[in-house]
Amino acid sequence: MAVFIQQLINGLTLGAIYGLIAIGYTMVFGIIGMVNFAHGDLFMVSAFIALIVFVLLTSVLGIGSIALALLIVLVVGMLLTSLWGWAIERVAYRPLRGAFRLAPLISAIGVSIFLSNFVQVIQGARNKPTPPMIRDVIVLFESQGYTVALAYKQLMIMVVTAILLAAFWYVVQKTPLGRAQRACAQDQRMAALLGVDVDRTISLTFVMGAALAAVAGTMYLVYYGVVSFSDGFVPGVKAFTAAVLGGIGSLPGAVLGGIVIGLIETLWSAYFSIEYKDVAAFSILAITLIFLPQGLLGKPDVEKV
Amino acid sequence: MAVLSQSTAAGAEARVPDRFVSASKDAGFAALVTLGLCVPLVTLRTDSEEGGELILVPRLGLTAALCLAIFFARLGYLLLWGKEARAARQPTSRKEAIKTVATPRHSLTTIGLPIALGFAIAYPLLVTVINGGLSEARYWIDLGILVLTYVMLGWGLNIVVGLAGLLDLGYVAFYAIGAYSYAILSTTFHISFWVCLPIAGMLAATWGVLLGFPVLRLRGDYLAIVTLAFGEIIRLVLINWVPVTNGGAGIASIPRASFFGLPFNDDDDGFAAFFHLEFSPMHRIVFLFYLILALATLTSIVTTRLRRLPVGRAWEALREDEIACRSLGINTTTTKLSAFATGALFGGLAGSFFAVRQGFVSPESFNFLESAIILAIVVLGGMGSQIGVVIAAAVMIAGPEMLRNLGFLKAIFGENFDPSEYRLLIFGLAMVVMMIWRPRGLVSTREPTVFLKERKSISSDLVKEGHG
Repeated sequence: MAVFIQQLINGLTLGAIYGLIAIGYTMVFGIIGMVNFAHGDLFMVSAFIALIVFVLLTSVLGIGSIALALLIVLVVGMLLTSLWGWAIERVAYRPLRGAFRLAPLISAIGVSIFLSNFVQVIQGARNKPTPPMIRDVIVLFESQGYTVALAYKQLMIMVVTAILLAAFWYVVQKTPLGRAQRACAQDQRMAALLGVDVDRTISLTFVMGAALAAVAGTMYLVYYGVVSFSDGFVPGVKAFTAAVLGGIGSLPGAVLGGIVIGLIETLWSAYFSIEYKDVAAFSILAITLIFLPQGLLGKPDVEKV
Repeated sequence: MAVLSQSTAAGAEARVPDRFVSASKDAGFAALVTLGLCVPLVTLRTDSEEGGELILVPRLGLTAALCLAIFFARLGYLLLWGKEARAARQPTSRKEAIKTVATPRHSLTTIGLPIALGFAIAYPLLVTVINGGLSEARYWIDLGILVLTYVMLGWGLNIVVGLAGLLDLGYVAFYAIGAYSYAILSTTFHISFWVCLPIAGMLAATWGVLLGFPVLRLRGDYLAIVTLAFGEIIRLVLINWVPVTNGGAGIASIPRASFFGLPFNDDDDGFAAFFHLEFSPMHRIVFLFYLILALATLTSIVTTRLRRLPVGRAWEALREDEIACRSLGINTTTTKLSAFATGALFGGLAGSFFAVRQGFVSPESFNFLESAIILAIVVLGGMGSQIGVVIAAAVMIAGPEMLRNLGFLKAIFGENFDPSEYRLLIFGLAMVVMMIWRPRGLVSTREPTVFLKERKSISSDLVKEGHG
């Protein structure tokens, strides 16, 4: 039982990170109907930015307080990653709006290959370890000699995810920007006729997705303490799985899907085999798409002629 | 009239400084964005110290160079090819009529393919003469084999993506199944290559059908992601199913192919002795070259023939509009399945060839990047075009190899410059640039296989693809 609860905590943490990345997928897919294949690699880029800024703050500028340093890392990381997201959309996707169906997807695959290799060339191929940032844990209870603990960093990840989900949900549901986004998602041409700046709205969607990817990247770095240039692909595919599982286009669905994927992956590793955890995640993707294509919280897709 | 044209010319000249200023502003903005992107990712490089601590190495020069490069690239682009520059060259906007060209029977494909085939047949002789010896030409023949392997894979995937319009991001799975089929069958059961080849193809096709069944109801991007997941699952199984696949270490010392029973060695019953030739290890390489050429040609012929059969027409109809297809009574299930199976069959054959050529297979050879490269070849070639795939494969595979041989790059960037390090970087960029420049690929006209009176080809920009 104690092991199970510990795995539950670990799974929730992992799921929160997937959920943060998944929001970026789900928002972009919801608005322009494209799988932003480079989103996983953007997450990796943001982890690298966080790493560099963190090292710069602590060892070069000598900021002693980890909490302050992390806050600065988070803000700077979100800003710079948003710029990346904006630039990628501007250069690689916007010229392809209205092009044939597969063009943006292939362009996105190109961006994905470019980003991971760019980081490899520019930062080196080796894993980048950081010193552990937050070590303290809260001991919840002990049973049969097994300690169930909630690390502060796990708590931080869950709280940050909850706050950001609430904030973004508010933006999408209650603000003019969110209204414009939902309008574009329904019908771009009609939205444009009614005075919505479609290009700007889509750009801002990418910026929002990138900012969340930056949060996920920072959390990933804090949680695992290591990052490498190839770390974007698998979390990216899993986050996409989460977005699909939760129902594409739905923000709470993305986080819910992320948590489900995180839990399945952690529990599978704990009770079955750690080697096949990715197989389990990928199989869930296939099974969901085949039997539940609208996802847990999504609306069914109506086929139009 | 003359006065009028003069005044417009003068107006255009007067606008040139304006154009320059606005272009500089735009380029300056692009450089500023580049600076934002480069800080801190490029400016500070993380390096591990002795004790494992990360240190930062500043690289201001590189950052400045990148920003300047972007500035001048953008400026040059805007002044030479930008919207305003084009408008200045062609003052009046003209509406382009929809061009339906009545093509002669000898289209690009019907002329191009035989020429390409002739060139390919003569290729080993050609490089031998140029390099002055068979052994000296080994590098070039190896390169030819590599390009032809990708041509074959491209043609195989072309059936699924180009003809049937089903986006498959996991094509490398079938390649892997073919390779491992031969590797396992030959090392465990000692079955010869010529028996294994059809078996491997059949196994891959079976897997194509198995995968096809569940994914049939998916469309577009969802189909792409599920096939990607399938490709990854196959790779992970190859890594983890150690008793059968030997895991990440791979299967080594796979038996080599024989020339219809004659092994390529210097024994008395070997190939060289049988034909009274002096033994050379190059015989095997040349044989492999012609083997993959034959396999690729087979793929091409089968595809061309299938396109004229009802099933091939059904594939193309499916690509254009799935709903119309169904309302016309085409069984979309069997049509999709047959496309998947045929594509997988050729992927499996190519995989078998890969295993026999390398003599070694490991899961590393079958990662997602391979799928992406093959897909890029199909798309860059212009989906559905056979000659386009040949051109794209030559450019994408041989291009980076050529880069390696360019000595002057070393002179510019210093002795430590290794272009192969940048291969994938350039590859990713090229994919994006190609999509923006020609989203429909290099050869993008559509030619009907069936026609009334005369054959007309139309630009594929006019073809609205369904969401199949």
